[in-house]
Amino acid sequence: MTSITKPKVAHPSLPRNELGLTRRDYEGGMSTLCAGCGHDSITAAIVEAAWGLSLRPEELVKLSGIGCSSKTTAYFVGGAHGFNSVHGRMPSVATGANAANRQLNYIGISGDGDSLSIGLGQLVHAIRRNLNMLYIIENNGVYGLTKGQFSAAADIGSQSKKGEANLQTPIDPTLLALSLGAGFVARGFSGDKKQLVPLIQAGLRHPGFAIIDVLSPCVTFNDHEGSTKSYQYTRDHYHPAVATDFVPKAQAIEVAYDDQTVVALHDGSQLRLRKLDPTFDTTDRVAAYRYIAAKLTEGEHVTGLIHASSTEDHELHTQNRSVAEGLNSVPYSELNPGSAALSKLMARYR
Amino acid sequence: MDPTDIRDADHFHRVVDCQWACPAHTDVPEYIRLIAQGRYTDAYLVNRESNVFPGILGRVCDRPCEPACRRGRVDDKPVAICRLKRVAADHRDDVRGLLPTASPPNGHRVVCIGAGPASLTVANDLLPLGYAVTIFEQWGVTGGLMRSNIPSFRLPAEVLDEEIGLIEQMGAEIRLGERIDSLKSLLEAGYDAIFVGSGAPRAKDLRIPGRDESDRIHSGIDWLQSIAFGHTESIGERVLIIGVGNTAMDCCRSALRLGAKSVKVMARKSRQFFKASEWELEDAESEGVEIVINHAPKSFVIEKGRLIGMLFDEIEYELDDGRIVSERVIAEKIIPCDDVILAIGQENFFPFIERDLGIEFDRWQVPVVNPTSLESTRPGVFFGGDAGFGPKNIIWAVEHGHQAALSIHLRAEGRPITDRPARGVTLSSRKMGIHEWSYKNDYNPSERRLVPHVALAERFKKLKIEVELGFDPAQTALEVQRCLNCDVQTVFSAPACIECDACIDICPVDCLTMAPNGTLEEVSASTKVPRQDPSKPLYVSAPLKATGRVMIKDEDLCVHCGLCAERCPTAAWDMQKSTIHIPHASLGQAL
Repeated sequence: MTSITKPKVAHPSLPRNELGLTRRDYEGGMSTLCAGCGHDSITAAIVEAAWGLSLRPEELVKLSGIGCSSKTTAYFVGGAHGFNSVHGRMPSVATGANAANRQLNYIGISGDGDSLSIGLGQLVHAIRRNLNMLYIIENNGVYGLTKGQFSAAADIGSQSKKGEANLQTPIDPTLLALSLGAGFVARGFSGDKKQLVPLIQAGLRHPGFAIIDVLSPCVTFNDHEGSTKSYQYTRDHYHPAVATDFVPKAQAIEVAYDDQTVVALHDGSQLRLRKLDPTFDTTDRVAAYRYIAAKLTEGEHVTGLIHASSTEDHELHTQNRSVAEGLNSVPYSELNPGSAALSKLMARYR
Repeated sequence: MDPTDIRDADHFHRVVDCQWACPAHTDVPEYIRLIAQGRYTDAYLVNRESNVFPGILGRVCDRPCEPACRRGRVDDKPVAICRLKRVAADHRDDVRGLLPTASPPNGHRVVCIGAGPASLTVANDLLPLGYAVTIFEQWGVTGGLMRSNIPSFRLPAEVLDEEIGLIEQMGAEIRLGERIDSLKSLLEAGYDAIFVGSGAPRAKDLRIPGRDESDRIHSGIDWLQSIAFGHTESIGERVLIIGVGNTAMDCCRSALRLGAKSVKVMARKSRQFFKASEWELEDAESEGVEIVINHAPKSFVIEKGRLIGMLFDEIEYELDDGRIVSERVIAEKIIPCDDVILAIGQENFFPFIERDLGIEFDRWQVPVVNPTSLESTRPGVFFGGDAGFGPKNIIWAVEHGHQAALSIHLRAEGRPITDRPARGVTLSSRKMGIHEWSYKNDYNPSERRLVPHVALAERFKKLKIEVELGFDPAQTALEVQRCLNCDVQTVFSAPACIECDACIDICPVDCLTMAPNGTLEEVSASTKVPRQDPSKPLYVSAPLKATGRVMIKDEDLCVHCGLCAERCPTAAWDMQKSTIHIPHASLGQAL
């Protein structure tokens, strides 16, 4: 927690994006998380990503549940819409908001507690529904807000601050998402913005449910020896399988590398993937699952873009054949066909 | 790159831009904090240690610190450093009991020529060590050009008397009205060292037709002196000032006070080439002085033995990237006037120095002086202030005095004067507790305060009415908070860093980066935001534990808010006050 605020003063030659805004314009309130929290780095990565995409702040919706992670929506893009919901219920609120206005960009911030325990049922159905949003899990393996109990993401054998080992099997959000058919599955690390920022940009542009599990050390309750989610352990067991570059649609396409895969996104932008591990194939969901599961048994956290495939054909609005525009721009007469139409409808059930 | 050596005094000294730019290296942020605490006497003493005349310099310093001030790089206008110095001087208590006193005589006798700032500084530094210091002054008053050339409406006589009086009380023997006519005989008198601080007292002349045909053509510095000494009390209604330096500004404003109705400052070139300080130009213009550009004087117009005007060539310049590439005369113009004051510069004048004493002069009659030791080509004879290097300013004269005193002391001790003590730096943490620092670290967005002036109608009533009133308490309270505390340094400990990025994310001015080490070019190219000024220092850490990268800080725009240290979970960053130790003879440091 910091008792002073970040001053408005800025570097005079800070670069500006297409909207003429600087990174500072995408900041939010001052973080009250612990100094050194991984979540704050993720916040900074989101700021960087949103600035880089030239997102209009008013076209972004930030949603969260409960937990340290869920506080962070207050710390980025102050000009965006926000909803801080009940513990674990963010996906439902996101579904409602997205159903009403599909024109906006949705970013949900959750933690391993919020998503993998109380909110697990909500998360899996959001994936099933293929809700068009970016879902970020700030994963530190503990309940930081209640002083460091193991969460459902804690690895077997990982020790608490007092030295007690976790005995229960962890839920791996990427395996979970792959098993449910998510079209965009990635893992990042709060300490590697070079990898994380393009993943966030791609996730925001992916038409459908995009999930990024971000390893985000809890500097207060889970950054000790014996923890498998400390800064040091993560750096030691961090396995970038794929390097991802996000190429905005306006940018000229450069010559491709030999081992490069290009995934086109629906707005014309591209994802350019470079394999760092030749045995890994991002586009094959089953192979990706096998790869991650195998690496997990070796104690390695595979990071980067794990799986990307087009799921546009069964995105929530495609499934429901809903109108292209937000409901707030559909004339009232169309939203409400009137009492005559209602009578006609009711007549069918008589 | 090798890790930055922060024990090298220059690294953090360069971060304190104001102190680095000041010839005398006044610890500006330290005294500003003391003013903020209401400790005016302490603030005055911090000033006095380096610049000796805070009351005088708080009014008329050339302020090289202000253009250097970091605040000017992040917020347009620098801190009003000079005005704050005056606040300390104006509100201090009696400091007489707090200054060093003369020690028992050490048997060495030093003589200074001229009672200006350079000589007085020599006395100030040597008296506490037991030297007998005698100052010869040709006029009946002390202060040199500070008194004779700076009008009292900018620098009241009482301020001069008080600060020079402090040095007199330390035991300086000031012999007023005693002009040295022969350096040779002074050398024969057996002094251990002679310091020449006689200034640059001769005005440059303008030799154009009509120059000798009227007694209404005055030399600027002589005219200012005759006003200061009470010999001149009036002037004609229409006055032309030739030249546009700071002396010209003093002349035009003095003319208004002696009764001139229309005063024009005639400049040969356009404003960007003016030598006068911007604030002095503003002050003159606010009093109704007209500054006429692109007029080159051609002749004085004399009719029936009376000066009636001046003939000028109106010139048009062709500029390329701010430099004049060609010029042509587009018209001739007579501007009527009653008096002309020439303020086109001044130069050294040493009629009392015989040329066979082993003291060399260059072709402009400026003595050949070692810029570090201030010694001339004759051992034991030193020059400083305007006498040493031609017209500069008071703060340079003070620094010359310090360095000459150090040389004189080394020489008296029988040590080579090249054996000068090095500058040092000490660092001490400003951490008081969690989120508590013993300095005000939050950035205050206030704009620069404007110093209040005596109303235009009032200020011309008497010659001696000081125009600037100094900051009032409310203005002082805000202006001190504009200082960024550049001397409270961000000090980094690489072994403690866990590379969590917290400092980089929080830094409001994006001056931190973690990147692979490399050459200076590679490291410079990796900064988060491109460097604005490559001349400003980079702070590069030792390799970090987890990844071997290095922490890089571009010191240029850091606002010393302490957020990096505040956000660091392992206290790898700390805010530490750097005190730069500038050796002075008076401190007896490491001598």
